[in-house]
Amino acid sequence: MAKKNRNVAIVGIGQTEYSSHKEYQNQPEMINEAVRAALNDANLTLDDIDCVVHGNMELFECVHQPDLWHVLGTGSYGKPAFRITTGGTTGATVVCAADNLVASGLYDVVMAIGFEKLQEAGSTTAGITNMADPLWYRHLQTGALTSAEANLLIDEFGGERSRRAAMKHRIMMDKNAALNPRAHRRFGLEYEQLEDLMNASPPLVGELRLIHMCSQSDGACVMIFAAEEKAREICSRPVWIRDHIAVHKEEMVANNYAWEKPETSHHRAARILFERNGITDPVEYFDVFEMYDPSSWWGLDWIREFLLLDGDEHIKMVENGDLNIDGKLPLNPSGGVTSANPIGATAMARSAEAALQIRGDAGPHQIKKEVKHGLASGFGGTMWTVLIMLEKDLDWQEVG
Amino acid sequence: MAIRREDTADCFVMPGKMVLPVQYFAGRVGSKFIISLRDDKKILGVKCPKCDKVYAPPREFCEKDLAKLDENWVELGNEGIITNYTIVNYNDRHLPLKAPYILALIKVDGADTPFAHIVSGIDPDQVTIGMRVKAVFAEKTTNTILDIAHFVPVID
Repeated sequence: MAKKNRNVAIVGIGQTEYSSHKEYQNQPEMINEAVRAALNDANLTLDDIDCVVHGNMELFECVHQPDLWHVLGTGSYGKPAFRITTGGTTGATVVCAADNLVASGLYDVVMAIGFEKLQEAGSTTAGITNMADPLWYRHLQTGALTSAEANLLIDEFGGERSRRAAMKHRIMMDKNAALNPRAHRRFGLEYEQLEDLMNASPPLVGELRLIHMCSQSDGACVMIFAAEEKAREICSRPVWIRDHIAVHKEEMVANNYAWEKPETSHHRAARILFERNGITDPVEYFDVFEMYDPSSWWGLDWIREFLLLDGDEHIKMVENGDLNIDGKLPLNPSGGVTSANPIGATAMARSAEAALQIRGDAGPHQIKKEVKHGLASGFGGTMWTVLIMLEKDLDWQEVG
Repeated sequence: MAIRREDTADCFVMPGKMVLPVQYFAGRVGSKFIISLRDDKKILGVKCPKCDKVYAPPREFCEKDLAKLDENWVELGNEGIITNYTIVNYNDRHLPLKAPYILALIKVDGADTPFAHIVSGIDPDQVTIGMRVKAVFAEKTTNTILDIAHFVPVID
């Protein structure tokens, strides 16, 4: 595993509700709601916080240097503070940064903030398309709306089976979201509606339909990280960060598939992370997986990538209900990203929700059986993967 | 020494335009401040129950101690003093006035924090720190801080 000077625990978690509109709050006020919730959860005050890490999507609200303005709500007045902006992955990168800042010994207690107020952003897809080279690809860019994975799945497994599996994934997420009072979209979908949705939901790009795609949400997520000694002193149920990894690559310029399909950033992240932690069977090992699934097609495809599965194992897991909240490996008991996507907070909420499951504090969407080992992913364009391992007990064996 | 010039013939330049429409939710606290300017011609602040600082413009929480402030409104004076200023000497599309004009930090009576606004009715050469000024409210509302049109010097 990655070398750490000392162990790091999550000792506080605060989230706003995720919703489409928050007219009653400005940005620092919305962030402050989550900051206070996290401080309350950790039973700490601002005086206990040594450093603040802040992140969201670059320029999505058209605010330059929002971290400075947001001091009104973040509580970072007079404290060391950082801003991180790594696209959709931001929230997960903020978690990694906070972990590193504590593990290194620089700070004992670090507060991590991810937020987005997408209702204030006029045209996020117009902004996202600027990631592509202006000469070759920008005019052709559809932003995050893509059918590429759907097409690959259909090539491999046939249209009927793939479309059914993707829609089943979507309904499974909606069923979980129905239990989560913080989820933005809770449609109350039933599996009986699967075929209707496959035919009736408005098509966006290729096989991607509106129902498959994530929402644009407003909200903030805040997590507090502490060094082992401090965590044991202040927190009765710390959740330990075992390891994390980041893998990213550009997929706009290089037309990768023209010569050979490369290993995806998700697969590479999982392979290296599990190898260095001695995890040989991730499906067996993990008790919860909070995945950044921007659409149900991506969500379906990425089960195989992250869990290092072969052939149609991932589709079978969806078909058999193995990923349901009461299944073998519950996937996104929170409802995931198709149910709420306040982008700068989204990737952090994956770790926050996995940690809440380990603590047993998730609320109505708590997994019934004991959760000891959690996996959380972050994703951003073009392919920027962060994968984080969380543990209930500090009892893992060092490998290599 | 001769300056070397690259041959730029046949070097294609892509024209582009980023369209970034945006909206901003002022929130309850910010909205109340603007509504008071618009309807009552009054400048409001909030007072921190912990550190006694009076903030104008208002905010929901004290940035220093996180005390809740939005139930602690205070009415401030429409006059105040210039705590600092600069002269804007260039013209640009995003600027509210033609240059030259005075942009000042003004601490209104009863507030601990100054906010930025325009000072008119005086030659830029004549402005000083500590000068007393008063708010002139706009005839037509824009639902922004420009519902105060500008400040002018108080003539004793």
